[in-house]
Amino acid sequence: MSKVTLKNLSHSYLKKQEKDSDFVLTNINIDWNDGGAYALLGPSGCGKTTLLNIISGLLVPTKGKVLFNDKDVTQLNPVQRDIAQIFQFPVIYDTMSVYDNLAFPLRNRGLSETEIDSKVREIAEMLELTSTLNNRASGLTADGKQKISLGRGLVRSDVNVIMFDEPLTVIDPHLKWVLRSKLKELHQKIKRTMIYVTHDQTEALTFADQVVVMHEGQIVQTGTPIELFEKPKHTFVGHFIGSPGMNLLPCKITNGEINLAGQRIASNTSFKKTNFEKTQVGIRPEFINFSKDGIPAKVLKVNNIGRHRIVDVETGGGKIKILSNPQDEIPSGSAFVTFNQKYTYAYGDDWIIE
Amino acid sequence: MNKTLNQKAWFFVIPVFVLVAFNAVVPLMTVVNYSFQETFGSNVFTWEGTRWFKQILHSERFHSALGRQFLFTFIILLIQLPLGIGIALTMPKKGWGVPVCLILMSMPLLIPWNVVGAMWNIFALPEIGFLGHSLNSLGFDYNFTQQVGDAWFTTVLMDVWHWTSLVVLLSYAGLNSIQPAYYQAAEIDGASRWDVFRYIELPKMKKVLTLAILLRFMDSFMIYTEPFVLTGGGPGNSTVFLSIDLVKMALGQFDLGPAAAMSLIYFFIVLLVCWIFYNLMMKDEAK
Repeated sequence: MSKVTLKNLSHSYLKKQEKDSDFVLTNINIDWNDGGAYALLGPSGCGKTTLLNIISGLLVPTKGKVLFNDKDVTQLNPVQRDIAQIFQFPVIYDTMSVYDNLAFPLRNRGLSETEIDSKVREIAEMLELTSTLNNRASGLTADGKQKISLGRGLVRSDVNVIMFDEPLTVIDPHLKWVLRSKLKELHQKIKRTMIYVTHDQTEALTFADQVVVMHEGQIVQTGTPIELFEKPKHTFVGHFIGSPGMNLLPCKITNGEINLAGQRIASNTSFKKTNFEKTQVGIRPEFINFSKDGIPAKVLKVNNIGRHRIVDVETGGGKIKILSNPQDEIPSGSAFVTFNQKYTYAYGDDWIIE
Repeated sequence: MNKTLNQKAWFFVIPVFVLVAFNAVVPLMTVVNYSFQETFGSNVFTWEGTRWFKQILHSERFHSALGRQFLFTFIILLIQLPLGIGIALTMPKKGWGVPVCLILMSMPLLIPWNVVGAMWNIFALPEIGFLGHSLNSLGFDYNFTQQVGDAWFTTVLMDVWHWTSLVVLLSYAGLNSIQPAYYQAAEIDGASRWDVFRYIELPKMKKVLTLAILLRFMDSFMIYTEPFVLTGGGPGNSTVFLSIDLVKMALGQFDLGPAAAMSLIYFFIVLLVCWIFYNLMMKDEAK
């Protein structure tokens, strides 16, 4: 049980760092509460696995500190930190039985066989592995093996943090649902701090209370799934989260207002600073409506995606996508659209202007 | 799906078939032919049935050569496998050390076998050879041309020098194919270095090690050139291995019938040991 704090963390895989691009992580600051469920979300190569390995102690960061319960653990190894980590690909000990696989981390810590037995059986029950306990682990299917990996991580009930590094990559889609809800259920039951790394927004948003979005080695936003959706603080969060992602159009800021190709766009932004190299207006497809007047637009294409329809329209400022409800009528040819003022944001050099 | 049947494709197999026939089937059948007959040259043969086989199987000479052969193979496997795995474990995984180590390791494998024998012969000569002279000046009574123990020691040492690299290279390839996550998971599970070797590295190397054992068994069991050049089978008959004995019988004494029978017995022993070993190793895979 532990609170996790990362302070001014930077990491580079090079021995000598000369420029900013030598770093895969730059100035990471995180405060995670004890017992929370957190997700690290970002595309491949954004540094999330590196960050996870730093938290678990497999890597020592180039700069900065890792604290567990305000105690500096930066130089400690994974065993001393007392954490569990589950990897992307199932790691099993081929020559051992399923039972011995689950018991292995406990035996290495010198627990008595009776204690081990009760813990192994409990975790096997939870992961539905009881019937295969005496089988050789190497004979199982990929998801069976990943369950063992999960089990080896979860069997130690005293760990500070449990970390998951895209653990469901190799699992069949229908089993993903099962295992994901199992994990969620497990979190509610054992109340350990859990950190879940993924590039899949659905996984992150369903698992975590707090999602940390990473982009090119930096944290661009931390928040609840709803916050990330309703108020992206960075254009990357805007288009990475949501399907389809946020509409981002180049615009000008004139007289404290957003000016999109000569059209005034209303927003709740108060512009204290206006000297940016690049300014954009961002609005999610969910918050645009067709209307009698507003921004003139031309409907290009309508895509039916089940419950919703995605409408591609061309405005003076560029192409945008609109998510339209089934009951709404979609005009053809020329039309007008309005942006919901509450969810219209301006971005200066990719960061939100507030 | 309908497949059109076209028997003409068999023509493509003919070249391979002819090649295999000429370099394997025909010579082997010639040996089989010799093994049941007696010949005094001029293509005159008389039928002898299984006489040569019985003679070889009951011959003292064959038994002792076979015994020496098994002992030799057993000793070199016992040394080369652990040593090869050990070296592979200590080799660097990245950086400039990798090509350096790989080249160093491949060197002994590239030297022709008779050169290896000649090299070691000179190297081990008690008076002038570096090894022989050094051992003697250190106070050891070493002479591989006179003393049985020394002859065996030198032959084994030569084979270890020549062939351990093969085990190293195979083990190294096996070790490099292990995903880093295995080591990380083991670290988190609190495994000791021995556990990592016992439960991760060794099981993951199983296939390459099976291959290494098979290759080393076959090669060492059929060893000829190196000991022949090094000791010539001596002192006495103490380093006469099966191949050396076979060549003596076939070309030295020109006993083609018994030599042919011995070849076949030899061949079946190699085949049988390989078959048993392979099946034992692969028993778990099938499950």
